[in-house]
Amino acid sequence: MAFVNLKKKEVQVKIVYYGPGRGGKTTNLEYIYKKFNARIKTEMVAIKTHGDRTLFFDFLPFDIGKIKGYDVKIQLYTVPGQVKYNATRRLVLRGVDGIVFVADSMKVRREKNLLSLKNLQENLSTYKKNIFKIPMVLQYNKIDLSEHGIPLLSPEILGKDLNTQLKAPSFEASALLGSNVVATLKKSISITMASLKKELK
Amino acid sequence: MDYTLGQKELDSMEEILQKDLIDLGVHCVFLIDMAGNIIVNLDNGDIEHDIYSLAALAAGNFGAVSAMARIVGENEFSLLFHKGKKENIHFSKVMTDFLLVTIFGRETSLGFLRLKVAEAIKKIKVIL
Ligand SMILES: Nc1nc2c(ncn2[C@@H]2O[C@H](COP(=O)(O)OP(=O)(O)OP(=O)(O)O)[C@@H](O)[C@H]2O)c(=O)[nH]1
Ligand SMILES: [Mg+2]
Repeated sequence: MAFVNLKKKEVQVKIVYYGPGRGGKTTNLEYIYKKFNARIKTEMVAIKTHGDRTLFFDFLPFDIGKIKGYDVKIQLYTVPGQVKYNATRRLVLRGVDGIVFVADSMKVRREKNLLSLKNLQENLSTYKKNIFKIPMVLQYNKIDLSEHGIPLLSPEILGKDLNTQLKAPSFEASALLGSNVVATLKKSISITMASLKKELK
Repeated sequence: MDYTLGQKELDSMEEILQKDLIDLGVHCVFLIDMAGNIIVNLDNGDIEHDIYSLAALAAGNFGAVSAMARIVGENEFSLLFHKGKKENIHFSKVMTDFLLVTIFGRETSLGFLRLKVAEAIKKIKVIL
């Protein structure tokens, strides 16, 4: 539910990072915050527990400049991935325009990815949104772990598990090292903006 | 589901909030939607809060409090207010989808503020 302010010629767009607990959603935002420090004038907001798990959400406003004369303000959010926080997860999804689904490439997390995607579909449907229609990017995170001998799911398997029906653009990434974090974000912004474009006359 | 408000509507809402709230001593006021988007924001020129973060947190906070209300069997809590040493913050729902947030100091009483907020909301409802 992007908001278009014709007076200030400004558009506010909400992109939510979704995915299983400990998958790397917060790490994505932290990397973006570090990388674009000069462009982000405010602090990143993080509501978390003592153990660094997201309790409610992280929030990062991100200006991308002008598109067709409109100032575009991207608002990045993460949800808490832990299963027990579904009520707050659903709150954060309210008014979402685009989703980045951060899957965990670790073999032991295979089931968790599937459950989280299913949970996303359910939560979107409470807002009458269709997972197949909302602009979505998949990120297969933590690929750096293969160097440490940790068994990972191949992108083919992840794609088969998560993306057979969605057919969303996907990226192998390491949020920790920063590889493909920006590519994921850029893709998400571009497909989200494309779907909003008809609003920008 | 995107929505747009034109120059005219935004101008009239700003005018209402300026006259009914800022001119009477409120430090900062903003109207947001439940997704955390800012629709209108005004301040008295003396403060520089990070309103985008405030808006995201206010929407989340309001959603959390509403969910708590439902769990204890209330439809909604009628007074949403945080009191500080110098600054206070007050939330008021506008129809189902919007929230008016005001930040004010010791010189404004809560009773007076609530009255003025209610008046402003009445006028804003006509526009939204
Ligand atoms: N090796 C490696 N570790 C990562 C990567 N991304 C995240 N991590 C680590 O995984 C752990 C969890 O990362 P978070 O970003 O907090 O995960 P989250 O998805 O926000 O988790 P919740 O807030 O509980 O939903 C942290 O210790 C990160 O350092 C990655 O790409 N590679
Ligand atoms: Mg997190």
